[in-house]
Amino acid sequence: MGLLIGIGLALLVIVLVLTHIIVFIWCELKIFAHIMDRYGPIETGKFHGVLQPFADVLKLMNKEDTVPGASDRLIFKVAPFVVFVPAFMAIGAIPLSATLVVINLDIGAFYIIALSAFTFVGMIMAGWSSFNKYSLLGAFRAAGQLLSYELPFGLTIAGVAMMASSLNLITIVNKQVVPNAFIQPIGFLVFVIAAEAELSRSPFDIPHAESEIIAGYHIEYSGMRWALFYLAEYVSLIILCSMTALLFLGGFKGPILPPPVWFLLKVYVLFFILAWIRITFPRVRPDQLMDLGWKVLLPASLLNIVLTASIIILLPDIWPVALAVTEFTIVIATLIYLGRTRR
Amino acid sequence: MEEIKHDEQLLQTDTMDLNIGPHHPATHGVLRIVATLDGERIIKAVPYIGYLHRGVEKLCEDLTYMQITPHFDRTDYVSNINNELSYVMAVEKLAEIKVPERAEFLRVIMLELNRILNHLIWVGSFANDVGLFGTAFMYSFRDRDLIQRVMERVTGARVHYHYLTYGGVREEVHDDFEADVKKLADWIPGRVDEYEMLLEDNEVFRARTIGVGVLDKEEAINYGCSGPFLRSTGVPIDLRKLEPYSVYPLFDFDIPVGKNGDAFDRFKVRMNEMRESAKIIKQAIEGLPGGPIRAKVPRKIRLPKGEVYIRTENTKGEFGVYLVSDGGEKPYRLKLRSPSYTNLMYGSRVVEGMVLPDVVAVLASVDIVLGCIDR
Repeated sequence: MGLLIGIGLALLVIVLVLTHIIVFIWCELKIFAHIMDRYGPIETGKFHGVLQPFADVLKLMNKEDTVPGASDRLIFKVAPFVVFVPAFMAIGAIPLSATLVVINLDIGAFYIIALSAFTFVGMIMAGWSSFNKYSLLGAFRAAGQLLSYELPFGLTIAGVAMMASSLNLITIVNKQVVPNAFIQPIGFLVFVIAAEAELSRSPFDIPHAESEIIAGYHIEYSGMRWALFYLAEYVSLIILCSMTALLFLGGFKGPILPPPVWFLLKVYVLFFILAWIRITFPRVRPDQLMDLGWKVLLPASLLNIVLTASIIILLPDIWPVALAVTEFTIVIATLIYLGRTRR
Repeated sequence: MEEIKHDEQLLQTDTMDLNIGPHHPATHGVLRIVATLDGERIIKAVPYIGYLHRGVEKLCEDLTYMQITPHFDRTDYVSNINNELSYVMAVEKLAEIKVPERAEFLRVIMLELNRILNHLIWVGSFANDVGLFGTAFMYSFRDRDLIQRVMERVTGARVHYHYLTYGGVREEVHDDFEADVKKLADWIPGRVDEYEMLLEDNEVFRARTIGVGVLDKEEAINYGCSGPFLRSTGVPIDLRKLEPYSVYPLFDFDIPVGKNGDAFDRFKVRMNEMRESAKIIKQAIEGLPGGPIRAKVPRKIRLPKGEVYIRTENTKGEFGVYLVSDGGEKPYRLKLRSPSYTNLMYGSRVVEGMVLPDVVAVLASVDIVLGCIDR
């Protein structure tokens, strides 16, 4: 009986997530189109092309599933699932409200970042097994990217966990009287930049840079196997928008509206901002991303941890205010300095 | 970027040959570059051309002088009228035809509109190649369309205009032409500001272009580079000023030059050139004289025996036409000098030692059209 309920819940979560992905894809098509000053899909489904994502999926299902002759067949076929399954597994730990959560893990934040880092293993498998020079370059780039952003990404979560004295996502949200982004602006900025890199979206779409290595690690994939990479990207997008909302923006907390509505609202606003960035930023070079990761984000996240720890210990009564003032001062001073010294 | 030095003893790396093209999103047509890669670093890049060879030069030997003009639309298919100019000027010089002033003014207006069209398509595809997916491209095509509509009303075509002919221009302009062009000339600088807002102030765009693909001034000249590619290094060579032709001496305009010769300077030079073009168009439309649009020239002409080389400032640089006539009604030999070709040759030398993304950015900043290179 328990098993049946479990499977039912899992199916429900998958259906819900897929629904949101379809909404995401349609929104993204329209947001991109309007930023580019065009209409986007307008015919499919009569109303502003709402059925376009369905049409895309149907097209992908009908496509032939090709496997390159010289590829490592087993790894080639498994790779999309290695990307897709962990991404879906992480969804279960995301709370929509204080009670509405599939599994309430004590190490929820840690569990999610561990699984989202796993997708890069799949990318490397796909790139390596495709027997294509472009996909190999894409896989190398994915590995380099993982190394450069994962450390600051994890360290900013440590900063949040120190403030909440917990890794449980619900506890972290409940302890936020003021959203953490206003107390730890450095942590917030580092987290958002690292999350963009984790998503491998523009400006960090380095592993599948269209104009350089064509499609990167998934160059040889077609049909539903390719669609799994595509879906996994959107699942990661949902997860990282949710994580940002939970860790830094007060999660499901908010006045008047019920908690799940607040949560989804925050996720969708973040999604809009990410889509906006994606369509107006060029791509950075791999070595520039590594520079950014090791020389800027890592020191910044360490500074964030040191500041948080020392201020919590030294000023136990007024630490949120003191931390906010210190970090905001640093952020503003840095921005002024960067503005002055711009090339 | 700092040079990375491997300790040969500790780290033995293998090189990999990578075919970039002929079908690749960043080669703008069918250019093939065989790159020897060490990781992502290019050790050697050899461009292979000829995939779009149509034998235009040979073809022209079998066509009458009137029939040749449309082929010049199709060599460099984004700066059509600029190409036609070199050819018709060559014929005019051999046949000693005097072009009416109104025709010269109309030519200049259309040439500069065409220059803006070319630079717009360049900025769109350049942004695409440095990774800005589609936005600048869509903007540039939106703006191109408004210019193309005016040009379409004059010439009847949207891309291959075939507007110039020896002795003048082919068609009289429509009644609203002056108002239309004035509107365009007023509106273009604002649009250029928009591109600069989108790209120039973007920190990632600056990181991708500043200091990337720096050209050596001397070497660029020695390679025979020209156009915005050369001007980005600070060499103010523009044939419109250097060897004035048509009615360009009547107009007041500047030659924008860069300082460092990097990809960012090439972007700035082209943006400023669009502003200068708008200035020229405005002056030309205000001073547009009346009169005939074409000298009295028979459709089928015989050129006297002789040879002539005419070079004009194309959108990409010096576009030359070498015409040899044996006194017949068809040319004996016609040779084109393509600016894209020389610029690509130096551009592909510069990329050696860079990483793959920079190669794409630098090649895009050269502004090549394979139709002109392969001919």
